[in-house]
Amino acid sequence: MINLFEVRETNKMIEQELLDVRTITLGISLLDCADSDISRLNGRIYEKITRLGSRLVETGEAISKDFGIPIVNKRVSVTPISLIGAGACRDTEDYVSIARTLDYAAKEIGINFLGGYSALVNKGMTASDRLLIESIPEALASTEMVCSSVNVGSTRTGIDMDAVRLMGGIIRKTAELTADRDSLGCAKLVVFCNAPDDNPFMAGAFHGVTEGDAVINVGVSGPGVVKSALEKVRGESFEVLCETIKKTAFKVTRVGQLVAQEASRRLNVPFGIVDLSLAPTPAIGDSVAEILEQMGLERAGAPGTTAALAILNDQVKKGGVMASSYVGGLSGAFIPVSEDQGMIDAVHEGALTIEKLEAMTCVCSVGLDMIAIPGDTPASTIAGIIADEAAIGMINQKTTAVRLIPVIGKDVGETATFGGLLGYAPILPVNRFSCDAFIGRKGRIPAPIHSFKN
Amino acid sequence: MDKIIITVVGKDTLGIIARVTTYLYQNNINILDISQTILDDMFNMMVIADMQNCKKEFGLVSDELQALGVEIGLRVLTQKEEIFTKMHRI
Repeated sequence: MINLFEVRETNKMIEQELLDVRTITLGISLLDCADSDISRLNGRIYEKITRLGSRLVETGEAISKDFGIPIVNKRVSVTPISLIGAGACRDTEDYVSIARTLDYAAKEIGINFLGGYSALVNKGMTASDRLLIESIPEALASTEMVCSSVNVGSTRTGIDMDAVRLMGGIIRKTAELTADRDSLGCAKLVVFCNAPDDNPFMAGAFHGVTEGDAVINVGVSGPGVVKSALEKVRGESFEVLCETIKKTAFKVTRVGQLVAQEASRRLNVPFGIVDLSLAPTPAIGDSVAEILEQMGLERAGAPGTTAALAILNDQVKKGGVMASSYVGGLSGAFIPVSEDQGMIDAVHEGALTIEKLEAMTCVCSVGLDMIAIPGDTPASTIAGIIADEAAIGMINQKTTAVRLIPVIGKDVGETATFGGLLGYAPILPVNRFSCDAFIGRKGRIPAPIHSFKN
Repeated sequence: MDKIIITVVGKDTLGIIARVTTYLYQNNINILDISQTILDDMFNMMVIADMQNCKKEFGLVSDELQALGVEIGLRVLTQKEEIFTKMHRI
């Protein structure tokens, strides 16, 4: 039988260490909504999302009550829209109308984000892909809940540099269209390399075409729990450090497994995966940077940070994989600057730079995430940063991503405020030397040699 | 079996166990295990119970126990057992 100390440990994780289920994400295939008439297409998209998603929020709340664990977000991800709109969309306005439909559907079922306004262009862009991409700034400016992503590279196909160059400009345009809100539009746009089909976290979530008709994916969050566990092992050996993280990750992931199986059963939708990622929030005590500090760094960004993050990421996976029958999504440590108070502090104190963050992306699961940069950063420089991250992902056979926010009208030393889960971010300086000539070259970077595994 | 775990935490006072167990008795909820201890000067009690013969829904039982807690002056939390078994058992 369960004993009192175990009960107390679990509830302490929830009440004091901010353990929660970060998201239950219902993935929905819209492939069967495809139509050559834009009105009919929008109608079918709205109908399917509202039908399949009608009980998502209430189910999340019931599970939360049954187990006494907060389930912070209920979200939906859909098939990349550039595939759905290909037959019907003649111009960017048609695509924006789909974004609006997604927004209405999201509001109707009571979720707070819907991801999948996306295109997968790692080898090349179709006309439809291009139309969707060009519609992104307007789509994100005129909706609240829609999230967008573009996959520009993969280990198997190389990097589509024409798409990278285009995305530099699209990010700038998105920033400009939402300049009155500190360029918030860019907080809903992710550029990927090796994007996974089953990521439950926003803004990069989409329901990949390899998935079935509908699926439940869950993301847990426990940076506070890991940090708390590490407080007890200060000064101990690396072996003890690693074991502590691993065991804690097991416990945290088990909560995700339970919630995923319950949600799947109650909604009658197959269970997809649990994403093991340690996802921070701006709340005090819910920080990945603070975990790194507990591991022995004065501040995140100090020498040793990349090594510490590598340990953290690896041990989370080792513990989490035992805890869940299906692991997927991103599954590692997130380092979103604006969503992590410890990261924000590290930036303010000059301990953490964009170059160090780039190094950290080699060993953790996300990328340059929620980073505010000066509003006058040129499109080609943004594209250069995307190219760097894509190259890291491509060569190292991992997912990398870029969610950069050029804050129009603001510069280093100022802060962008997005609010809610998106937090606030001090603006980081970016190297001012130009990569115009490099980025201006046309075509693709070929796949790396080690991708030829046959 | 429909196992739930009721945790009671707060300042020690007269009749805590009596009042909680009376509620369970009145609602046909069978007690399987009780443990109680003082931790950090706080009264901590855990009841493992089976509500398969209870006519009320879990949500209502949880709310009523929570309200009972407010009456006595302690925190009463009711959770389904799986969150603990999943976390603490391989």
